[in-house]
Amino acid sequence: MMNAIPLLDIRDLTVEFATRNGAVTAIERVSFAIGKGETVGVVGESGSGKSVTSYAVMRILDRAGRIAGGSIVFGGIGIDKAPEKVMTELRGREMSMVFQNPRAALNPIRAIGRQIEDVLIEHALAVRATAKKAAIEILRTVKIANPEERYHAYPFELSGGMCQRVVIAIALACRPQLLIADEPTTGLDVTTQKTVMDLMVELTRERGMSSLLITHDLGLAAAYCDRIVVMEKGKVVEQARTDSLFADPTHPYTKRLLRATPRLDSQIRDLLPEPRPAPAILPRGEPLLEIRDMVKEFPARNGSAAFRAVDGISFTVHQGESLGLVGESGCGKSTTSAMVMRLLDPTSGAIRFDGTDIAAIPAGRFARSPERGKLQMVFQDPTDSLNPRWSAFDSIADPMYRLAGMRRAEAREKIESLARLVGLPIDLLDRFPHQLSGGQKARVGIARAIALDPKLLILDEPTAALDVSVQAVVLNLLADLKVELGMSYLFISHDLNVVRLICDRVMVMRQGRIIEEGETESVLRAPADAYTRTLLEAIPHPPGHSTVHARPEPVA
Amino acid sequence: MTLPPKVRLVGRRLLQAAPALAGIIIITFVLTRALPGDPAVYFAGPAADEASIAEIRKQLGLDRSLPVQFVSYLRDLATGNLGTSISTGQPVLTEIVTRLPASLELTLTALLLAIAVAVPLGVLAATRPDSWVDHLCRFVVTAGVSLPTFFTGLALVYLFYYLLGWAPPPMGRLDILFLPPDRVTGFYTIDSLLAGDISAFGSALAHLALPAVTLALFTLAPIARMTRAAMLQVLGSDFIRTARAAGLSRRTVLFGYALRNAMLPVITTLGMVFSFALGANVLVEKVFAWPGIGSYAIEALVVSDYAAVQGFVLAMALLFVALNLLIDVIYTLVDPRLQLEE
Repeated sequence: MMNAIPLLDIRDLTVEFATRNGAVTAIERVSFAIGKGETVGVVGESGSGKSVTSYAVMRILDRAGRIAGGSIVFGGIGIDKAPEKVMTELRGREMSMVFQNPRAALNPIRAIGRQIEDVLIEHALAVRATAKKAAIEILRTVKIANPEERYHAYPFELSGGMCQRVVIAIALACRPQLLIADEPTTGLDVTTQKTVMDLMVELTRERGMSSLLITHDLGLAAAYCDRIVVMEKGKVVEQARTDSLFADPTHPYTKRLLRATPRLDSQIRDLLPEPRPAPAILPRGEPLLEIRDMVKEFPARNGSAAFRAVDGISFTVHQGESLGLVGESGCGKSTTSAMVMRLLDPTSGAIRFDGTDIAAIPAGRFARSPERGKLQMVFQDPTDSLNPRWSAFDSIADPMYRLAGMRRAEAREKIESLARLVGLPIDLLDRFPHQLSGGQKARVGIARAIALDPKLLILDEPTAALDVSVQAVVLNLLADLKVELGMSYLFISHDLNVVRLICDRVMVMRQGRIIEEGETESVLRAPADAYTRTLLEAIPHPPGHSTVHARPEPVA
Repeated sequence: MTLPPKVRLVGRRLLQAAPALAGIIIITFVLTRALPGDPAVYFAGPAADEASIAEIRKQLGLDRSLPVQFVSYLRDLATGNLGTSISTGQPVLTEIVTRLPASLELTLTALLLAIAVAVPLGVLAATRPDSWVDHLCRFVVTAGVSLPTFFTGLALVYLFYYLLGWAPPPMGRLDILFLPPDRVTGFYTIDSLLAGDISAFGSALAHLALPAVTLALFTLAPIARMTRAAMLQVLGSDFIRTARAAGLSRRTVLFGYALRNAMLPVITTLGMVFSFALGANVLVEKVFAWPGIGSYAIEALVVSDYAAVQGFVLAMALLFVALNLLIDVIYTLVDPRLQLEE
């Protein structure tokens, strides 16, 4: 699909950031091109420089950042040194951008219709009198129902998916030639991700536009891109057509990345760079957690009707078992975990944990209950769930001080053994969260959760904020710890690929109800419910083998 | 209800002010009863004997039970009777009605001046961090908070009145030659314009200039600082990046998008600054012999003139409630996110 003259041609682009310790090179000698009508994916993990590359193209780098070398040619014009005035005309008009976290990407106190108008008027595609009609038309193009009404809506009144459509509407309002999408669906539900991506592809294809998709998700890049550029630590390590990249990756980093990305037929050990024997399977024991007809109703407030977040669910977690709870945002899975954790009081229903009805203990008093130590939680965001002013040691020690009444001196030995168990180097124990990497923080969170030898661990999207290679390691660690310590897991996730790897059984939740439940393999292979099927189909998968290096068995 | 949502919202905020008002009335009542000293003794004067003190106590209603006193206090409030000041012999209400506008005129002028300087300064400093504007902003902010108002006031008087002779003597609101203009708003500048008396307006303005600048220098600091911080935060947010990526001009991004969002915390700061400026201008009023409510309250306190103190506390509290209400309403109108919170 590459035309003779590419629309965007980046050569040896180097970007530096001025910091207190001198200039830091964010990307170094990055070169790639995008042909007319072509979709190119840039994939890489955090810190790979993929976003910086796109900001450099748009020339919207932070004040501290500057293009230190190389050239960017767009439509035959060199733009790496173009004056701001020229860039203002190009941005939005010829090249535009869609961002991660759509709600924050919109002006919170301006009606969305007005925000689209602003762009149209700025680029002289409308005047005040005609702008409203044009903006409504554009809202219709991005498939927003009732565009006349939605024109007046504010971002906080719309769902994440709707906000992203508005951001796309702003980006495409002036029919640019290039659309840069920077993690456009990260944080959105899988089904929303699919509709947003499909919409973007439909519109760009219809208009013969080129696009640059920046993502950490290889599956997404595989599903939507003609060509893929792989970046690592500010450098392009490999670029190839999508099919050949997946069939025959050449760079070791690409191989590692491909391995770490869960596929339809991956086993948990396949994700690791080094092969290891599969984790042992614990025999299913007695019921440990039994939930019966649990309901959470939030009372009616000011005209809005009472809302049943959890609508009579029952399930059982047996000893040594891991049960997955899957659903999209708003389905009630977080409310469920908060009730099991006894942070919220259920409206009705029973929660039997290890022989005690813990639903009878009020949420406010559960923290002092002897049962509390047997039930622990690992949270989604490893950064936000650690106290920024506590060292790793203090974070891990906290439950030991509070629930086991240990002193610092007693705790030290135990904490060091915990750190060894979760693979956290002992000398990192005195560091604060901002001095640790994402994976290390996740390990601290896990060490804190297992400090009191809990029987049940609630894992709330424990790897959602991690890079795939770190996710692979953390998932394997969780699988090992479970066997080693004989724990049971309640694993909450929106990512069926991850649930597949770690859970024996899975429940699918929607609108407060469990709509399907069963052995993971059978539910995922032959879903009985239409919604489960929709969820499964919405997940983009990397094509080809489950493992990159040669394996005797044929492609699944 | 068929009222538009914004009107309903404003109405709700107004209703929410009612408990605050009730609280103020109760507190002023209790506070003046709790003050040390026997008001009857003060009223009766030094030469009074036991019988006349008891007589006065009876006149004032102080011999009755507290609930009964409270009811008569409420009745007095409803009829606008705040009692009589023992030091001036004037009804407290009359004093407040003449002195409060003087203080308000001074404070509002100072605040407008401060906003006119501080907001652009803060915006400029935020858009050019570490430039000379930013350093100027930092200097002004530091100077503004660290120099006491009586010092800046005296320095300005020394420079502009004593040395240069540009300013009129720091004595009150008008030259002695002028009569106060007919009372409409109580603000001499506005009233003199309404009366068509240009020379009185000039004199009022000239007298207002130095004290207003003194107070403005003091109030400028928090406003400039908050504007700078809010602008910096907003300019770093995602939606500004979206606006830039959509090719909106620097002006639209800066004023249409960034400044409007940054104004929310600035409005809150303005409310607080106004409150403390009304209290803090006592010193300015003293330096410039400004017949405001601050100097009135200080004099009343010194001689334990309890009716005057009570009137002052009540007036200021009402003013603060009204001000907070105004800030709330502005906030509600500016930020659409608050309209759903019911």
